[in-house]
Amino acid sequence: MLCQICGKSPATVHFTEIQDNKMSEIHVCERCAEEKGMHASAKKHKFDIADLLAGMVDGMTSTEEERVGHVQCPRCGMLYSAFKETGRLGCAECYTAFQFQLRPLLRRIHGDTRHKGKKPARDHAGATRTRQIQRLHDELQRAVEREDFERAAGIRDEIRRLEREAQATPDPAEGRS
Amino acid sequence: MSAERPNPPADFGDLLTRPSPWLSGDGPHAEMVLSTRMRLARNLQSVPFTHRARDEQLQGVMMSVSGAAQRARSFEHGLMLRMNELAPVERLILVERHLVSHELGDGVRPRGILIGADQRLSLMINEEDHLRLQSMAAGFQLAEAWSLADGADDELEQGLDYAFSEEIGYLTSCPTNAGTGLRASVLIHLPALVLLEEIQRVLKSVAQVGLNVRGLYGEHSEVMGNLFQISNQTTLGRSEHDSIEQLDRVTRQIIGWEEKARERMMRDARVQVEDKVWRAYGTLRHCRSIQTREVINLCSAVRFGVALGLTGLCPLGVLNELLVITQPAHLQRAHGGQLAPAERNVARAEIVREKLAEAEKDEPRRRRPNRE
Repeated sequence: MLCQICGKSPATVHFTEIQDNKMSEIHVCERCAEEKGMHASAKKHKFDIADLLAGMVDGMTSTEEERVGHVQCPRCGMLYSAFKETGRLGCAECYTAFQFQLRPLLRRIHGDTRHKGKKPARDHAGATRTRQIQRLHDELQRAVEREDFERAAGIRDEIRRLEREAQATPDPAEGRS
Repeated sequence: MSAERPNPPADFGDLLTRPSPWLSGDGPHAEMVLSTRMRLARNLQSVPFTHRARDEQLQGVMMSVSGAAQRARSFEHGLMLRMNELAPVERLILVERHLVSHELGDGVRPRGILIGADQRLSLMINEEDHLRLQSMAAGFQLAEAWSLADGADDELEQGLDYAFSEEIGYLTSCPTNAGTGLRASVLIHLPALVLLEEIQRVLKSVAQVGLNVRGLYGEHSEVMGNLFQISNQTTLGRSEHDSIEQLDRVTRQIIGWEEKARERMMRDARVQVEDKVWRAYGTLRHCRSIQTREVINLCSAVRFGVALGLTGLCPLGVLNELLVITQPAHLQRAHGGQLAPAERNVARAEIVREKLAEAEKDEPRRRRPNRE
């Protein structure tokens, strides 16, 4: 795994910070740790995931940064700038909404961006509907970008219909033994 | 099914009378590895992540999850506790038992924990992620702990719509957990490597292969009781099997290093080692006032002695139990009321002495197991 600051050297220094009962982890290389003054002894030094994420966009010009910061998740309303501050995403949809910003971040954290592992086995009506709603949200965003408001309104209605349907059958596994 | 687990815990008080099975001191490599743990992070597709969700949405998560758990065989006869219905000391007890995290233990929002009938499985609801499934096993048992967690995850998933993407895998509130959502870890006791001052080199090499090491209770750099938790670091681009396999390989290597260090110590400094062990035991057995930190460090020395095969000390399970029951909330509960710090140290000493005296009484029976 690579350093979360420079993204070049392997991360050999690992910090767990606990603040207000929230725990966050930071993984950096020794050089960056030294530069940031993050020695084990300097435990009072404030450094958290938010700073790290803020550091990620240091290379950007301020207009780029402003533009990225204003990207918003269409479902939960989370701003990318808010994610940068807290290190927490707002909902599953945020992964799609911020995909261009998240991809390099995921690469820095994990050294990879593609899942290799377990998948949910089941694909019942509820899951299919959820994926459909997800796709429609994406389509809606594109329609709004094209300023095709008529189409956007149609998609919105369809999303509402599916969401009502989802609420009417909250428990897809009901009836199974 | 119920015949296999005839006696599930009925309520919180009942739960406390049962020792955590993963602290039994049994299991492969128990002389070095205390326990093995798997944690899976999952979220529901339709609800914002815990920190962004409204309380009524979190109530909904609690209902969906407990509904799914009722149909899961893994959680048959489990015990469901709602954090906001527990007293602060009770919540702390769960934290001290490693059943819930500090975050879940705050007790303000709709959060809960479902504890499997035999306490090897637990499920935190509305922690940082909607679901944090945890399995624990005594000693070094990665495959067993994984199959327990994996099976329970499959069963829960039958009734829940997990947030999942083909590309990124299981979607989690913090991107550091995205992908498998798996944190596999072992809690390992490395006194010889610490005493011979080889531990830094070991920890560095572990970190270099992408694993994470931290002290048991240390929030900062301090490691107490020579106990270390080693876990996988990354969750994306590596399957569960690969992560666990790597942890297995590295842990075995560390076990080998510690064994060599122990041999060397016994060859070069047997008397000093035995002296340290017995002095530690003597202090624990006869103390009248003692702090948590001292209990942890002295237990480490005694644990070392047991692992080296010195006879007449207490079993590993007792040492494990002491680590849990001498913590503040457990003491307070055992005592039946608030304790000032000085009183706590006295109460702690009493419990330690009692436990060791009990173990001494059992000692002749343990040494002649076949005659009973």
